[in-house]
Amino acid sequence: MSDHFEARFAAVGGQGILLAGEILAVAAISFEGKYALDSPTYTAQVRGGPTKVDVIIDSERIQFPRTTAIDFMLCLAQRSWNQFAFDLKEDCIVLIDPSLVHEVDERYRIYRLPIIEITKKEMKKMVYTSAVSLGAMAGLTNVLNPESIRKALLQKAPPGTEEPNMKAFKLGLEAIKQLMASG
Amino acid sequence: MPQQQNNGRRVVFWPGNEVIPEAAIAAGCRFFAGYPITPSSEMAHIMSRRLPQVGGVFIQMEDEIAAMGALIGASLTGEKVMTATSGPGFSLKQENIGYASMIEVPCVVVNVMRGGPSTGLPTALGQSDIMQARWGTHGDRPVIALTPSYLDEAYMETIRAFNLAEKFRMPVFVLLDEVIGHLSEKIEIPDPSEYELVERPRPKVPPEQYIPYDSSESDIPPLADYFSGYRFHMTGLNHDKTGFPTTNPAICQAENERMMRKVDAHLSEIEKYEEYLTEDADVGVIAFGSTARAAMVAVNDARERGIKAGLLRPITLWPFPEEAARNLGKRSKGIVVPEANLGQLIYEVQRVAGCTGPVVGVNKVGGVPIYPGEILAKIEELA
Repeated sequence: MSDHFEARFAAVGGQGILLAGEILAVAAISFEGKYALDSPTYTAQVRGGPTKVDVIIDSERIQFPRTTAIDFMLCLAQRSWNQFAFDLKEDCIVLIDPSLVHEVDERYRIYRLPIIEITKKEMKKMVYTSAVSLGAMAGLTNVLNPESIRKALLQKAPPGTEEPNMKAFKLGLEAIKQLMASG
Repeated sequence: MPQQQNNGRRVVFWPGNEVIPEAAIAAGCRFFAGYPITPSSEMAHIMSRRLPQVGGVFIQMEDEIAAMGALIGASLTGEKVMTATSGPGFSLKQENIGYASMIEVPCVVVNVMRGGPSTGLPTALGQSDIMQARWGTHGDRPVIALTPSYLDEAYMETIRAFNLAEKFRMPVFVLLDEVIGHLSEKIEIPDPSEYELVERPRPKVPPEQYIPYDSSESDIPPLADYFSGYRFHMTGLNHDKTGFPTTNPAICQAENERMMRKVDAHLSEIEKYEEYLTEDADVGVIAFGSTARAAMVAVNDARERGIKAGLLRPITLWPFPEEAARNLGKRSKGIVVPEANLGQLIYEVQRVAGCTGPVVGVNKVGGVPIYPGEILAKIEELA
């Protein structure tokens, strides 16, 4: 199962991360014909508490529904890193916002992208944080065609927010490409 | 929700807690009474929105006990009914579950199991209510409990739960665990032409000739709908065929035995399980719910290492697939029983499997799932 892929999006409640996980899974199912599942972690606090969602993608039916070796982790809060940075592969790609996550285990492949700053400056509304993050994730990994993720985002975007979501996705995708190009 | 079509089937990406209410509605459920409790709360939310859309009724009751009572009353009017709860609520419902069993009212009770005892681990995995499902209410009564491992299976088993409840006039449990309740998975919604819906037996005689527990033709007496002109009495006391209390030993004996026959005499129709690589298995694994999915991976991993392991996955936990367990027990050197509790199903396996080798558990109650590697380690010990 060489195309088995595990992703974890960790943040605090209210950053829209659970929906981002669903969008990634839907992208795999609807636009690439793969199997996917997502499992959110429920915490007692809804807003402001550490939360995460795990997404597993595979071309075959997924048996064990929880993560064992994570390929990609997005983290948008130090507390969430402290709580959820487990099950990561040795060469896990980790995407963080350096203004929110300060201490990480440097043995992973860490990418620091100012997601919050980009969102604030270009989108004005923090609700697009997850769309920017998804764009960056799409550029960092090759599990899915970025176009599939973009289409899934478009499908799941609330009516009237399609255009800004597309813009936010593109911002994230381009920003990560720049970061990768700059080494 | 992505809604594609695949061979006429709708493809959706739903969490387990959405699959079950949608399947219930497809099965004809038009009444839900509940008291939201994690990790089953989404079912109440969804039913409160969906039932009015299909002409049904949702009631949030003042507590779990009242919800179970409302369920029984609604069922007696002829509706197909469901509630959803978790361990603490399942405990509270037990008295009324016994009442529903005694007066023989069809209903579906979903329990998304979490950690316990008491309020335990509200949002985390547990599988510790399985003996409670079997023995939780006092007295002898037949029990059907279904425990799906996959969401497409959960859809069909929910429909089957309604069919069995209606056919045998009794409560039927759907035992999920938190992992299955909260994970979202791609499923294809079966077309209604792919399954049958069952209605409870109703009287063929006019109201004046109706005898509510007349079992002269079948162990499952016809049940009239309240407010349809049929007058009858129901009581949790032992009763005779008229529905009125009796202490006549012969009648009490006969009626209790008849109730048990509803399940015992129909095992082949009710029992369901999946066997995976069990034909030549040296080491058997018996697991249910989400744990069975970890067990499936462990069995594959064991086979890759040259160990002949095989999995028996009960889909009906009650009645437990005894013959299949016995056959596996006879063939294997030992049996592993992984379960997210401190050892419950293992009692049943020890009782029925007749395995001459060791029967060992893999047990976790910390709210985290049992990993395939943990099951594999036990398989290797027994190989």
